[in-house]
Amino acid sequence: MAHPLEKYLRAGKLPHIWCAGCGHGIVTQAILRAVDELQLDTEKTVVVSGIGCSSRAPGYLHFDTLHTTHGRAIPFATGIKMANPELRVIVVTGDGDAAAIGGNHLIHAARRNIDLTVICFNNTIYGMTSGQYSPVTPGGSFASTAPYGMVEPSFDLCTLVAGAGGTFVARGTTYHARPLTNIIKEAIKHEGFSFVEALSQCPTYYGRRNKLRAPLDMLYWYRDHAVGVSQWEKLTDDEKAGKFPIGVLKKVEHAPEFSRVYSELIARARERSEA
Amino acid sequence: MANEQRLAAMTGNEAVAHALRQIDPDVIAAYPITPQTDIVQYYSQFVSDGLVKTEMVTVESEHSAMSATIGASAAGARAMTATSSQGLALMWEMLHIASGYRLPIVMPVVNRALSGPINIHCDHSDTMGALTTGWIQIYAESAQEAYDNAIQAVRIAEDPRVLLPTMVCDDGFITSHGIENVSLLPDEVVKGFVGEYKPSKFLLNISDPVTVGPLVLPDYYTELKFQQAEAMKAAKQVILEVAEEYAKISGRKYGLFEEYKMDDAERVVVVLSSAAGTAKAVVNQLRAKGEKVGLLKPRVLRPFPAEELVAALSGAKAVAVMDRAETFSTQGGQLFTELRAAFYDAPKRPLMRGYVFGLGGRDTTVREIGKVFEDLRGDLERGSVSEKYTHLDVRV
Repeated sequence: MAHPLEKYLRAGKLPHIWCAGCGHGIVTQAILRAVDELQLDTEKTVVVSGIGCSSRAPGYLHFDTLHTTHGRAIPFATGIKMANPELRVIVVTGDGDAAAIGGNHLIHAARRNIDLTVICFNNTIYGMTSGQYSPVTPGGSFASTAPYGMVEPSFDLCTLVAGAGGTFVARGTTYHARPLTNIIKEAIKHEGFSFVEALSQCPTYYGRRNKLRAPLDMLYWYRDHAVGVSQWEKLTDDEKAGKFPIGVLKKVEHAPEFSRVYSELIARARERSEA
Repeated sequence: MANEQRLAAMTGNEAVAHALRQIDPDVIAAYPITPQTDIVQYYSQFVSDGLVKTEMVTVESEHSAMSATIGASAAGARAMTATSSQGLALMWEMLHIASGYRLPIVMPVVNRALSGPINIHCDHSDTMGALTTGWIQIYAESAQEAYDNAIQAVRIAEDPRVLLPTMVCDDGFITSHGIENVSLLPDEVVKGFVGEYKPSKFLLNISDPVTVGPLVLPDYYTELKFQQAEAMKAAKQVILEVAEEYAKISGRKYGLFEEYKMDDAERVVVVLSSAAGTAKAVVNQLRAKGEKVGLLKPRVLRPFPAEELVAALSGAKAVAVMDRAETFSTQGGQLFTELRAAFYDAPKRPLMRGYVFGLGGRDTTVREIGKVFEDLRGDLERGSVSEKYTHLDVRV
């Protein structure tokens, strides 16, 4: 019997390349469940990715997909959306892809409030190239380029995108798979720039260097440190220490969306030239 | 006399990392990219373990890696980075800055095909695209050569007659990840060979303030580019001098290219890097049958040793030039077209044909190279080249 989500997959491309215990399959599944529950028209949905473990996901998805270069998924996606605003454009990216080499694109897409849904598979490490630290690797944790611990401060991606002007910002984890699906659904429905940080375990290159040897250890870490946003707001600063909020962290409805604003501008310019 | 060397089994990337460790540059800035990543990853361990004094900067892209390396080099540091493929492509703007500022940066490049579509395996499209950036380019067949070239490159780049950045290239995965026996020189011998970097002008010299990279309009730009071209010409002699000195400490001899069984060779294959190893096996097989075949493996592509290559190939009757990258000029690969151009003034020209091969890591075996020698035999019998430029082992 076929899996109900199999129709969204390129079966010939399977098995996937991800390591045993990797969280990226859970995030990919959350995306597909969201697509399925929203009954999105796959003919009008484009999935764009950059480079890295996360960015292999679209290769397995039976949509129109574009696998681009490192860090540049958002500019490619911007071009797609502007060329045909009718399309629903989902960007699949990772923390190295979106926050390091492509960081500039992330904040400018957020600033423009262009209607893209960016799902960042955040495993807090460069997994594809065997575990160098990224701009979101937590301080003090170990990486192949930080054998004695990460000394640089890291980005809080959700705060970054919210500060840059993104109108929908949310965080989920692979432990909270069902809420993650709901977050992604809401992000896709949102008109404007939506950003979902999906924390995803990398047992191979992050966990085993950071005393979280088994994938389950990492999932339990998410369970024990994530706090739902409504509960988060009731915590004192002391109670918040070492924990992080999940859920929808920012949502601004009816903010001017870039492709729409731009279409209106074209219409106004045409009217003037015809007048 | 060669020094006491340590023979160790290691990958090309590990060998290059050890060369860098022995050079111990002041600054390394880098960003991970397959298949180069290991070099800098090994290096970061050396830094963390206190085996080197290098300041290591892990940046957010290759553009920044080269920018940081340039900044460090202009400040007076011996600065290095390493990359592959898209990383090199992203550095494009900065490659010209490094050479235009005359900064002797040494950069290992592990050759990998350029996107798109994405491919992580070996071909030379990355560095072939950088031939006009003003960088010296040196290619290695093996891990040993990659190690030796990295050490020599420091002396070549920093020679006051040269002062040009230098890429030392080896083949992605084939050389970078294949394990070979590598002879490592003692650390102190390498340190003695590369010496201390003493730039004549640098930003941190507060007693002699300079500005680097200010606006130059039509008044001086031409002269600066002329000087770069002259430096590239001078590099040829420096490369040979450094090789001679290196032979004294290592026992390993290098030139602008390697000639393999070329003495009476009538049919010759010209090919860079790891594929030359396969071609040597084919030459051995055919020589065993009494066939007059040989191999010429270019080592240095910038500066391009045109006169020397023409002289070396003057005895050949038919030559096949194999390029591991397309140019899309419709006239063949880069090495093929440059070598043909070099023969324009030669009194005697062999039959010459070009092949584009091994793209995106496609394996090129003794069978394919054997076919190339067969094609040359056909050309010789016919007295003309059947096809000027073709793709080897392609489905059409």
